[in-house]
Amino acid sequence: MINSSSDNVKKLNSINRRMFITGSLKFFIMVGIVSRLFFLQVKENKKYLTLSDKNRIREWKLAPVRGEFQDYFGNVIAGNFEAYQLHVIPEQVENFKYVIYRLKDLLELSDSEFKKVLKKKKEIKPWETLIVSNNLSWDKFSKINNHLYDLNGVKPVISISRNYPFNENFTHIIGYVSQANEQDIENTELIKKNFVPGLKVGKIGLEKSFEEKLIGTNDIERYEVNAYGRRISQLEFQKGKKGQTLKLTVDTEIQKLANELLKDKAGSICVMDIFTGEVIAMHSSPSFDPNLFVFGISQDNWQIIRNDPMKPLLNKTLQGRYSPGSTLKPIVALSALENGIINTNFTVRCTGKTELYDQTYHCWKKEGHGYVSLRNAMKMSCDTYFYEIARKLGVDKLSETAKKFGLGKKVFDNLFEIEKDGLIPNTQWKKNALGKGWLLGETIITGIGQGYIQTTPIQLCLMTAQIANGGYKIYPKIVIDDKDKIKPSDYYTPLYKNSRNIKIIQDAMFGSTNEVMGTSYRSRIDNPKYQFAGKTGTAQVKKITERERELDLKTSEIPYEQRDHALYIAYGPYVNPRYALSIVVEHGGNGSTTAAPMAKKLFKLIIDRHEMRQSINEKKYLEI
Amino acid sequence: MYQHTRLTNNNFTFFQKFRNFDYILLICILLLGFISLATMYSTDGGKILFHTKSHFIKLMVFTMMMLFISFINIKFWFSVGYLSYIVVVSLLVWTYFFGITSSGSKRWMDLYFINLQPSELMKIFIILCLAKYFHRMKLENVNSVYTILTSLIIILLPMGLVIVQPDLGTSVLIAVSGIAVLWFAGINHKYFIYTMLGFVISLPFVIAFLKPYQKLRVLTFLNPDKDPLGAGYQIIQSKIAVGSGGIFGKGFLKGTQSYLEFLPEKHTDFIFTLFSEEFGFVGSVVLLVIYIIIIYRIIAIGANSRSYFAKLFCYGFGAAIFVFITINMSMVLGLLPIVGSPLPIMSYGGSSMLATMIGFGIVMSARVHSQQLIA
Repeated sequence: MINSSSDNVKKLNSINRRMFITGSLKFFIMVGIVSRLFFLQVKENKKYLTLSDKNRIREWKLAPVRGEFQDYFGNVIAGNFEAYQLHVIPEQVENFKYVIYRLKDLLELSDSEFKKVLKKKKEIKPWETLIVSNNLSWDKFSKINNHLYDLNGVKPVISISRNYPFNENFTHIIGYVSQANEQDIENTELIKKNFVPGLKVGKIGLEKSFEEKLIGTNDIERYEVNAYGRRISQLEFQKGKKGQTLKLTVDTEIQKLANELLKDKAGSICVMDIFTGEVIAMHSSPSFDPNLFVFGISQDNWQIIRNDPMKPLLNKTLQGRYSPGSTLKPIVALSALENGIINTNFTVRCTGKTELYDQTYHCWKKEGHGYVSLRNAMKMSCDTYFYEIARKLGVDKLSETAKKFGLGKKVFDNLFEIEKDGLIPNTQWKKNALGKGWLLGETIITGIGQGYIQTTPIQLCLMTAQIANGGYKIYPKIVIDDKDKIKPSDYYTPLYKNSRNIKIIQDAMFGSTNEVMGTSYRSRIDNPKYQFAGKTGTAQVKKITERERELDLKTSEIPYEQRDHALYIAYGPYVNPRYALSIVVEHGGNGSTTAAPMAKKLFKLIIDRHEMRQSINEKKYLEI
Repeated sequence: MYQHTRLTNNNFTFFQKFRNFDYILLICILLLGFISLATMYSTDGGKILFHTKSHFIKLMVFTMMMLFISFINIKFWFSVGYLSYIVVVSLLVWTYFFGITSSGSKRWMDLYFINLQPSELMKIFIILCLAKYFHRMKLENVNSVYTILTSLIIILLPMGLVIVQPDLGTSVLIAVSGIAVLWFAGINHKYFIYTMLGFVISLPFVIAFLKPYQKLRVLTFLNPDKDPLGAGYQIIQSKIAVGSGGIFGKGFLKGTQSYLEFLPEKHTDFIFTLFSEEFGFVGSVVLLVIYIIIIYRIIAIGANSRSYFAKLFCYGFGAAIFVFITINMSMVLGLLPIVGSPLPIMSYGGSSMLATMIGFGIVMSARVHSQQLIA
């Protein structure tokens, strides 16, 4: 018993010693755990709080609402409409295969459309939005909404999308928007900043030029989400700003008429206010419907547009480089007058052709015009007369005057990136560009607007406007902008040496339209309210051979590609002029028969709408 | 020393037993039960749903059971020491053959009204068994080869049965419970040191034999950011939850990490994370203090017990509870790799609570019958 009790004492001593060791160990471990808690919860609290917020708060950027385009009278010409879309974020879908087949059934997608969606899914990252459908009908949209319980991760979205209510009418001015590609995102900081899947940005035209003003800012939604990305509650909604609305100087009615007049033809019409430089209409034909591009154009439609021989994608007003033909004659005559080469009494005998430097130059009229003065030469567009004064004037002086009046230089500076310079040749140019000396024969054909010279329709319009306003410099514009209040210092500076010379040219243009024997006499309007003055032009697209000259074919008998371009420039009303225009009809044949009658219809409408236009202006001032 | 002999064969009266109750321990256990219930309510999203209801019922039943056990003489527990061990081992064998497989491991046995996890029970009954084994042993015999081999077999048998389930975490905890008793029984500390060294040296080899998911857990523990959405997810999210709790926590029912389901297994192994997120550093320390008081009381009861068996059991059980708590907390705080180990009483899970409550019951019984000698 004692033995066993002494053993018991030993055992107790042992167990108590060990309990003490264990106790101290426990103490250190507890200190360890508490300090770990302290470290996480007190010291690193901020870091983990941020991480926790990052976990639970997710931001959704919504596409910004794009600014609108309005015409001069405030009509919306590029607006927005609500498009019903269906988005899926693959990452958030538990069973993608099931959901996507379910959607296929519900939306009645065709196999090819379905494949396209699957292909798109492969291209994007799992956390990026897959747009299954971007423009659903209301029926299908509500159908999807009814089945949402079964479509985890599918998001029906009402998206604001671009709409061009006037279809093809403004395409070449406004351009169009389409889904932003990587290049757009890279090149424009603002697109990068506002980018959301499906964001549409301007691809061409003013939509592109004014992208930064139009784009607006995103709405931002902040949601609390759970671990599976499901939205639990909305924490905040930050309203974005709609893009700026841009007002154009264009009159929709006149634009529509221009479109109508050029229907089934290739060509351009532009109309300009001769004092303010406001572009009233600017149309290039054929055009295309920009709405087709908003959600990505189908391959079929794209092929139709691309392969059209009349080249709808080309903006002929700004990009089309045409020989001005006889429409250059006012400038040739003006240059000769200004440089004192001729006076109004200078007369040339036209026999239908003239031999100069061993070469025969023909007048358009085989029988010739007989003795012609400056006024009659302009009126009847006598080529022989202009051969003669061009020869006397020389190409360098001619090019100087032409450039002064706006030819051979971009009219809108950098507003349209596609705009072309055209070409006003001189001796220096030829030496530099072609490395050859200027030939006198080239001067002679330049006198009737043929040869190297190339002008765009908008340049011709500007030239006409600057003749019509008495020879003063203006800067054309198409967007009404705050910038306009500050006019360039050379605005309205005279472009002439002697204002009488401008009057002479204006008078000659009057004769050309309103007097018997004038080339556009048949298109005249006698009512002084609408009366206009103009100059026809017929630009050859190829050299006419002697044989063809003898055949003297009618326009319809010549293959389309070889027909002459028909041109017409005009301004009106003749008394107190206000508007200038230029018309180019590609392969339209004769300027007087094809282009000039269009001017007649245009001036009727332009002048009828003048008062309305003025009243808007007055109202604007009243509001200020 | 002999004055107590007359009590030896005395049956304690009911009221005496009541008087002998350790009320501090009881209150702490009830408090813990209440906290666990509130936390469970929070995991259910602030509603009384399945987990809360079930946890409540278990808590009630098992607390009653604990009280009942505490009235049973500690002698009885001594007498069933081997039997209960054999019963639980046979349950483990049964589970091995007929158990319910869930998420890749066979841990459960179907008792029709309840699914029992015998491995959890083993955490307690191995202490009971070993305490009995060492009770009568003379100190000089403790370090004999025979004793050590026998006790090792007692530990390794259930461990092996649990590892094949497979459930590495629980088998380690069973081993810890057993080793704790061996330690208090007086086995030479050389053996513990050698075992430790041997373990550290063989660790790389052990890792080579681990199952892929276990290997992943270890690797993830070493660098949770390597695969933040995969294996590292639990550790990262748990740390975020705890860390974002701050000093005073986000408030009851306002733990965004758990409410928004970023927290995995928030009912069971990660319950402390949720608690810590909602009640912050202060709350966590309070919870720790409650646990410490409980452990302290268990040890105190052991110290005051006359019988060596009761002492050994209390010390062993106290150490085991301490290890369960620290392993669970270290795990959710990112100090240890994720091994499935519940937090006693707090975590959802009947078997674990049953085992813990039986343990508390026996400790209480030791207290109530503290003067009981066992021959």
